[in-house]
Amino acid sequence: MATLTHQESATAEQLVVTDGARKTFITIIVAGVVVLIIGILASLLGWGEEHHAAAGEAAGHLGASAGHGAGASVHHEGSPVWLKRLLVSLWHSNVFFLGVSTIGTVFMAINYVAYAGWSVLIKRISEALSAWVIPGAAIMLIVFLLGRHDIFHWTHEGIMDKGNPNYDAIIAGKSGFLNLPFYLIRTIIYLAIWAYFSYKLRQLSLAEDQLGGTVWFHKSINASALFLVLYAVTSSMSAWDWVMSVDTHWFSTMFGWYVFASWWVSGIAAIALTAIYLKQAGYLRALTSNHLHDLGKLMFGFSIFWTYVWFAQFMLIWYANLPEEAVYYNQRLGGFEGRYTGMFFFNLVINFVFPFLGLMTRDAKRQMIIMKIVCIAILIGHWSDFYLMLMPGTLKGENGFLIEIGVAAIFLGAFLILFTRRLASASLVPVNHPFLDESIHHTT
Amino acid sequence: MTKRFAVGIFEDEDVLLHAVENIRAAGVKIYDVFSPYPVHGIDDALGIERSRLPIAAFFFGMTGLAFALWLQIYMLGFDWPMIIGGKPHIALPAFIPVAFELTVFFTCHGMAITFFTIQGLYPRPKVPVIDVRATDDKFVMAIELDETSSQFSRLTQLLRENGASEVNQKEMTNN
Repeated sequence: MATLTHQESATAEQLVVTDGARKTFITIIVAGVVVLIIGILASLLGWGEEHHAAAGEAAGHLGASAGHGAGASVHHEGSPVWLKRLLVSLWHSNVFFLGVSTIGTVFMAINYVAYAGWSVLIKRISEALSAWVIPGAAIMLIVFLLGRHDIFHWTHEGIMDKGNPNYDAIIAGKSGFLNLPFYLIRTIIYLAIWAYFSYKLRQLSLAEDQLGGTVWFHKSINASALFLVLYAVTSSMSAWDWVMSVDTHWFSTMFGWYVFASWWVSGIAAIALTAIYLKQAGYLRALTSNHLHDLGKLMFGFSIFWTYVWFAQFMLIWYANLPEEAVYYNQRLGGFEGRYTGMFFFNLVINFVFPFLGLMTRDAKRQMIIMKIVCIAILIGHWSDFYLMLMPGTLKGENGFLIEIGVAAIFLGAFLILFTRRLASASLVPVNHPFLDESIHHTT
Repeated sequence: MTKRFAVGIFEDEDVLLHAVENIRAAGVKIYDVFSPYPVHGIDDALGIERSRLPIAAFFFGMTGLAFALWLQIYMLGFDWPMIIGGKPHIALPAFIPVAFELTVFFTCHGMAITFFTIQGLYPRPKVPVIDVRATDDKFVMAIELDETSSQFSRLTQLLRENGASEVNQKEMTNN
């Protein structure tokens, strides 16, 4: 029993998803569909080029606008540009949302293993985030099975067969790892582990709510410890498989950490943003600026961590200047008539400079409005980060924004529907958690 | 200059925190509290303003960053230009690790030195300590006494009422 905050009894709080909120989610999806259709039409009619030139992205590629929209199959045979872009952006948004969703479980598991008390009040938010893991896993498998040729260069017919016109010796050398059965088995294993532990920890937490006692807490710690070990391996490997293998020739040993850092900081931003919205809607009465402060510190710290990993990867490649490594940054810094250059610097500004300066002071981390702005910036920023990881390797110079943003909006709306449904399905406060009191009286 | 203190010894941090609240509410000004470990919420209870050390830290950091960039740009760009790995003389990405390290170096040393200076924690022959047990297992509250003679007995009563296990009077010479 501590002290200065007056005693508040921890009562169960039930979230009610209002019709207004539901309507907003549907509106986001509808808006996404509209943008998507406009994007597809734009691509079909070949005026997609002017569009993102107008959006102020990549300056100085005026010469590019002529040929590209129509000349879809310059390098690759295969799907028309719009379909390719649709498949790649489904993959891109799904990797982002699935990762953020899993971070809910990871965050909870880390807090269990660390015996952390402060985060108990926001635990249900991280539990609910993982509502997207199973739909995300399904979408991932479907998109892979249907659209792998447009996303992964190494799945092309005959690319690993000597004598075939498509033969690529470097890719053939990777056939031990990058072959269809093994890839599918790996993907299913990652998804199954994530889905199982998300389910398991959620069930333990719900049982604790109903039955009480510390047995659930100890069981959760065991499950969390096991999950964290498995996640450390699977998050890194899934980053190679799902993201790095689109640039099949290229490799980086930092990549697993880089992708994880991106997911992790976006996941924390999503948790903080939800906590703020719930607080402003009158829920989570015991949540104070002290909890926000800690979430802000994590966001601040892990934005720097992301930058550290990003820079560690960049600097070694820049310094060594080996052609097979440097090609990755050649494509992003000035490649394809410089169409990714603007995004490249935007990525650093929004994911490093902005959170770094914005969350530097104590007061900024304790104020909802600043936290909200930075959370949204981080989420947009890391979605863009995945855009930069995936697009140059898959779409080369055919990328755009309308289809991609449309798909992202559809994902966001669907994600929010499942997320809020799970949030509303149990008390927002885990009333029987042994550390609940510590969380209520948390001071920083 | 000699100061006299009423020194209350507490056994428990919760008792201490409530005592701090009650004694301040009774209109008594607390000189300081000493504890073996940081007590959560004690700053707010004592009404201590937030430290301005982070502001100093920011400027130390900026100094470190500026120094590191100047150092490398001047040395490798102007004083003794060298070509390393085929890069330009002033190759900014290569300077970032050193800039980062020197920023951290200046910030942490600057903060530590500033803190020790402000708190008077510099080495000296005789270190004033109100009660050495504050470094072991006791929580110590010091209240400065003025010249009135009845004050100490009033404070003794107040401290006792709020859970102090013993109350002493102590003279400290500030040198």
